Amino acid sequence: MSKVINIKRGLDIPLSGEAEKVVKTAEPSRYYGIKPIDFQNMRTKLLAREGERVKAGSPLFYNKLQSDVQQPSPVSGKVVEVKRGERRKILEVVIEADSQIEYEEFGTAEPKDLSRDEVVDKLLKSGLWSFIRQRPYSILANPQDDPKSIFISAFNTAPLAPDNDLVVKGEKDNFQRGIDVLSKLTSGTIHLNVNADFPPSEVITKAKGVQLNQFKGPHPAGNVGVQINKLDPINKGDVVWYVYPQDIITIGKLFEKGIYDASKVIALTGSEVLKPLYYRVLRGMSIDPLVKDNVKEGELRYISGDVLTGKKISSEGYLGFFDDQVTVIPEGNYYEFMGWAKPGFNKYSAGRTFLSALRPNKKYRLDTNLHGGERAYVVTGEYEKVFPMDIYPVQLIKAIIIEDIELMEKLGIYEVDEEDFALPEFVCTSKTPVQSIVRKGLNLMLQEMS
Amino acid sequence: MKALRRYIDKIKPHFEKGGKYEKLQSTFEAFETLLFVPNKVTTQGTHIRDSVDMKRTMSIVVFALVPALLFGIWNAGYQEMLATNPQMQATIPELFWEGLKLVLPIIVVSYVTGLAIEFIFAQVRGHEVNEGFLVSGMLIPLVLPVDIPLWMVATGTAFAVIFGKEVFGGTGMNILNPALTARAFLFFAYPAYMSGNEVWIHGLMNGEGVVDGFSGATPLSMAAEGNVQNLPTVNEMFMGLIPGSIGETSVIAILIGALILLITGVGSWRIMLSTVVGALVMGFLLNIFAVNPFMEIPAWQHLIMGGFAFGAVFMATDPVSGAQTKRGKYIYGFLIGFLAILIRVVNPAYPEGVMLAILLMNVFAPLIDHYVVESNIKKRLKRAPSSS
Repeated sequence: MSKVINIKRGLDIPLSGEAEKVVKTAEPSRYYGIKPIDFQNMRTKLLAREGERVKAGSPLFYNKLQSDVQQPSPVSGKVVEVKRGERRKILEVVIEADSQIEYEEFGTAEPKDLSRDEVVDKLLKSGLWSFIRQRPYSILANPQDDPKSIFISAFNTAPLAPDNDLVVKGEKDNFQRGIDVLSKLTSGTIHLNVNADFPPSEVITKAKGVQLNQFKGPHPAGNVGVQINKLDPINKGDVVWYVYPQDIITIGKLFEKGIYDASKVIALTGSEVLKPLYYRVLRGMSIDPLVKDNVKEGELRYISGDVLTGKKISSEGYLGFFDDQVTVIPEGNYYEFMGWAKPGFNKYSAGRTFLSALRPNKKYRLDTNLHGGERAYVVTGEYEKVFPMDIYPVQLIKAIIIEDIELMEKLGIYEVDEEDFALPEFVCTSKTPVQSIVRKGLNLMLQEMS
Repeated sequence: MKALRRYIDKIKPHFEKGGKYEKLQSTFEAFETLLFVPNKVTTQGTHIRDSVDMKRTMSIVVFALVPALLFGIWNAGYQEMLATNPQMQATIPELFWEGLKLVLPIIVVSYVTGLAIEFIFAQVRGHEVNEGFLVSGMLIPLVLPVDIPLWMVATGTAFAVIFGKEVFGGTGMNILNPALTARAFLFFAYPAYMSGNEVWIHGLMNGEGVVDGFSGATPLSMAAEGNVQNLPTVNEMFMGLIPGSIGETSVIAILIGALILLITGVGSWRIMLSTVVGALVMGFLLNIFAVNPFMEIPAWQHLIMGGFAFGAVFMATDPVSGAQTKRGKYIYGFLIGFLAILIRVVNPAYPEGVMLAILLMNVFAPLIDHYVVESNIKKRLKRAPSSS
């Protein structure tokens, strides 16, 4: 095994509400939703209209800018609603599921025996190409590209993130099959990155055709952006692909069984969940059966994903396409008298301006309050402490704000996406909306490059 | 607190757009958020946020200034007693009270002038009032002589806030440290009130009842005159029992403040450390080439003379006007220390070299950062395969 890459700068936010390591099968949900907003740079073109019947694996919509990649339905049933937002933008395609799932047949095959074109064809037909994304920009991968490498982060360091070993348990063959599929797609290396602190599951370590790398350290050590920056950094013109472990298993199952089996394991987490556990679910399910009678009283925020990068959904909202976690935390809609002046034994901060710094092992129930107003940048060195890439984060953010394309390029915009800036956003004293600035910059680059 | 909250909610509509007092909206908001952390929740990006905000950060700096302030108030009374009636056996509270009568008006004038201007600019720009002046408003009195006329405090503060900060876009955008801008403005506009031997102690300027032979000179001006044999003892200078600007004399009080800044992580240890190193290096160089008594002063003694300690701890570390990159901070701090001692010793017209050194490096900080960032860019370009 290769040497351990030590990530020193970062932050593990001590949240309460970690999921107990027990996997239950979730009660099936009646409704499933697939959300175009889970994909970046999307101009959605609908394929399945309201009232139409679909099978698991039937295409629901595609991106006009990338018409060969279609997004599949996780279940069979009837399209009951196409929810639209401002300017008729499609937000959700909702399917009422059949009690017995019918699958589109894509045919079984052993990926090793297929050519690259045949593999690509199968992934595109089934819609499972949607699991493969690229850096820069974090958009869906282009089948015509030959990426210089493919990255798989086999561990997740986000707050309350699921334990990947538990999640991939018993899926060794399909994981390997998925890896075999990916190895058809690149002439470069497949980097499989594991956490050096915990002996990872055999499913991961026994994988063949990959380069196993070890990482150590706090969040964001598990983010692919950081791993790419350390192992095979992106220069102008480079393309690197990345896929999540559970999605590789799903790809493996496609070749084994010839169907889109949308099941995956997610963690239900957060301080407001009564019984935080792992659940086997189908992608896109409404979280209603999971959280009903399983959350505390009060005004709550339901998040598909983790607290740093997840999306806000309702208590009946749908699990995001790439998410393997649901987090429920309290809303912070209250006034606090002289909150900034209190000693702050119970106020979590990454810095040391509150007395909570004296209680390093405490776990916190954090809410969605902003804890202050937005200001111009004053404090320096703050982002750098939680941003482990060889990039000057504040300078890059400022370059994006002034829309200086050339400077953004020089400062490393190709290597980052918004999730890499989630911790800087969390710690920011000036309460700057860093992630949305980064996305704006990436979209600007996309426009400029096309 | 609920009653207070209800009252605020009741009067709030008057200050909002279309209300009776909409012109005071920024002012109202400033006071409202001072009393209550707002109920705003996250709408995009991370769902949770760190508890820290600008108010917390700035109030830590003000807190760190308190030891220097309290000592300065007492010392104002103590120095006056030394000058006028050294036989008097005044108690600490008595001296403190005498000092408070001199210092408090300066603080009030500084805050009132600065905040009024801040409120007006915030309202015109439609911004929230920034907390930056909470610190500047305290720094300005601490770097002034106790006998300064109050109208000068107001003029200097107004100049610093308007031309040092607001014309650049307000807190966070300024190039120069506002408090030092105020001091530099007054220093060059009214030198008679900002330098010499008679401004540091109350009453010396009109010469009433001063004890014969009492000079009131600061150690720095003594040294500049070559009068090093009469310098106060190291102990006196370290404790701060000497004439000087209100908050700068006591090294021990400043060190307590430095400790607060370092423990909370609000002040940059890189800048403090490199400033001290820069000063020591220059001090040693001067010792080696010494041709006059001032140059012979041991390098380390420069650290406890004049405004050096105060400047290194509270002024050089201003994150807005200082260098922002890690490596830049080392360079920036080193040059401040280096130049401060050079100016102090070699240019007799400006014994207080720290102020000028910091202002000069404020101007150069963006350039230093530029080169640090540029080297990162070059590294990135070099990494790319030679495709160009």
